[in-house]
Amino acid sequence: MSDPVLQVDGLKVHFPVRRGGLGFGALATLKAVDDVSFELSRGETLGIVGESGCGKSTLGRAVLQLVAPTDGRVVWLGQDLAALSRSEMRRKRRDLQIVFQDPLASLDPRMTTGEIIAEPLRAQGIRLSRDERRARVASIMEKVGLSPALINRYPHEFSGGQCQRIGIARAMIVEPKLVVCDEPVSSLDVSIRAQIVNLLKDLQKEFGLSLLFISHDLSVVRHIASRILVLYLGRVMELGARDQIFDAPFHPYTRALMEAVLAPDPVAQRDADEVSEGRGLKGELPSPIDPPSGCVFRTRCPIATEICAKDVPGLRDAMPGHSVACHHAFDRKAWRGSY
Amino acid sequence: MASVLSLENLSVSFATPDGEVGAVREISIQVGAGECLGIVGESGSGKSQTFLAALGLLASNGRAEGRATFHGDNILGLDAAALNRMRGDRIAMVFQDPMTSLTPHMRIGRQLCEVLIRHKGLSRHEARARALDMLQRVGIAEAGRRIDQYPHELSGGMRQRVMIAMALLCEPELLIADEPTTALDVTVQAQILAILRHLTREMNLALVLITHDLGVVAGLADRVAVMYAGRVVEEGSAEDIFHRPGHPYTRALLKAITRLDDDPDMPLSAIPGQPPNASEQLPGCAFAPRCESVFDLCRSQRPDLVDAGPSHRAACHLVEGA
Repeated sequence: MSDPVLQVDGLKVHFPVRRGGLGFGALATLKAVDDVSFELSRGETLGIVGESGCGKSTLGRAVLQLVAPTDGRVVWLGQDLAALSRSEMRRKRRDLQIVFQDPLASLDPRMTTGEIIAEPLRAQGIRLSRDERRARVASIMEKVGLSPALINRYPHEFSGGQCQRIGIARAMIVEPKLVVCDEPVSSLDVSIRAQIVNLLKDLQKEFGLSLLFISHDLSVVRHIASRILVLYLGRVMELGARDQIFDAPFHPYTRALMEAVLAPDPVAQRDADEVSEGRGLKGELPSPIDPPSGCVFRTRCPIATEICAKDVPGLRDAMPGHSVACHHAFDRKAWRGSY
Repeated sequence: MASVLSLENLSVSFATPDGEVGAVREISIQVGAGECLGIVGESGSGKSQTFLAALGLLASNGRAEGRATFHGDNILGLDAAALNRMRGDRIAMVFQDPMTSLTPHMRIGRQLCEVLIRHKGLSRHEARARALDMLQRVGIAEAGRRIDQYPHELSGGMRQRVMIAMALLCEPELLIADEPTTALDVTVQAQILAILRHLTREMNLALVLITHDLGVVAGLADRVAVMYAGRVVEEGSAEDIFHRPGHPYTRALLKAITRLDDDPDMPLSAIPGQPPNASEQLPGCAFAPRCESVFDLCRSQRPDLVDAGPSHRAACHLVEGA
């Protein structure tokens, strides 16, 4: 791997919260992101996968310093971002952009497409003449597949897929080096999803972008990420190259996520249903305020044993570049019968 | 099989400042007891409006024409009181967003019991026992504790289970589920679909499952209707639709689904362009501008639904009548 542009080391984001509904309960700590480390190279895509509430969006925002990390380091091109002053960080944001999940909600309804896309130029203090700015907006609109003739339209006049293109154009206009894509396709129709994924891949190739692609859907991540990080209750369960993760997943949670992908085939789905009857992932994510002892996944894990309740499993290497946090990852006997 | 719900030439239009806009055009479709009908289409294809119209739930500027019969009786244009007696009792609905469908300031149990007290005349005590039983059947752990909680205390998946429990409480004959899993995680989606599968079988329910994702209907639907621009463009058994699709749009939708066994290094197969705006009516096939098999006739003449096989119909000039 070439030199990483981004190094995330032992990143933690903890929020103080009150137990109970109305904010009168005892003070507790919500560990949204807990001790996450990874590296990202130029032009590479890391997929961050997990269910709602697993901390994947918080992780993406903490990398961009949009939420302050509690502990750990985010090093961008050799520089610790937490050490920067506000104005230095603001200048750095030219390199570091984000695309949000809900395309319409992330666009100001009172601004035209052109104004929205040009906004980062203003925020970055990039002085351009009116004509230059317009030319730059028109050129990026073409790049993301929007006709520049639509430059004076308002967000409500666009479909979801087109709004997401506007969001991508806004991120791309300052020519960033890293873009965090936070569930950029999950609110879009299946037919439009593919367009947006292909667009992101094309832009990545053209500009040598590094991407953090956050999603709950492994089948989408598989098409864009070269490496994949599986997150559960703020902790890394498994991290590895795409083919390692898909060909030989070691963590039971990764396997469960893969099983949950619905094949568009009635026969296969019915067969899978017969086989997995009562064995699929049960229940839902436990509350991050009261995470289970030991391995956080053990309450839903099909192969959990006593040790899982006692000891937190550390990340161990399964292969070079492929690590997994599970006591039973290498214990083939534990697997037999459960899958 | 006698149909529970039957739509005959149902059309829906909306009065807008720009004039009358047609959202649904001449749809005919049936669903029988114990059967699951999948309705698949993109945003704006009219899939939700079709069934909202049938149940008398259109926005005030909406107008429905044609017939919608429930066990043979026309229910289109029934007065509000008659519809209210039927909805929630014999016909139930589940919507995409469970948070906006639940009343935020009422405990789960009270919302569930209200349905039974209102429609079945049960006492509060009987209603609570039935509600508790139903919460357990939809897979809610610690139902006894959950029943006294407020909606915001539950996760998205759990709220959707509550919505399904509420819909099934009166043992309806017809359940219309509109994108019931779209707002949920994939892991929870699989659980919710399994619950729908088991309960509909157990209760011999007619189920209409509306979604934009063919993957969701694959494991559940006996028959599937694919909608585009307000019309059914293909209808057939699940096997027909998934293994012998006749319409280029259905084929394109199938190809657009990301799967775990395709080549991840190839670009994803996308459908180019956007779905059409309901206000502009093309003279020919509405899918023509995005179709990879388009030819001259498609742009001038709209294809009718023709037989593509036994109980399999498609609206495409390339489909040979079987």
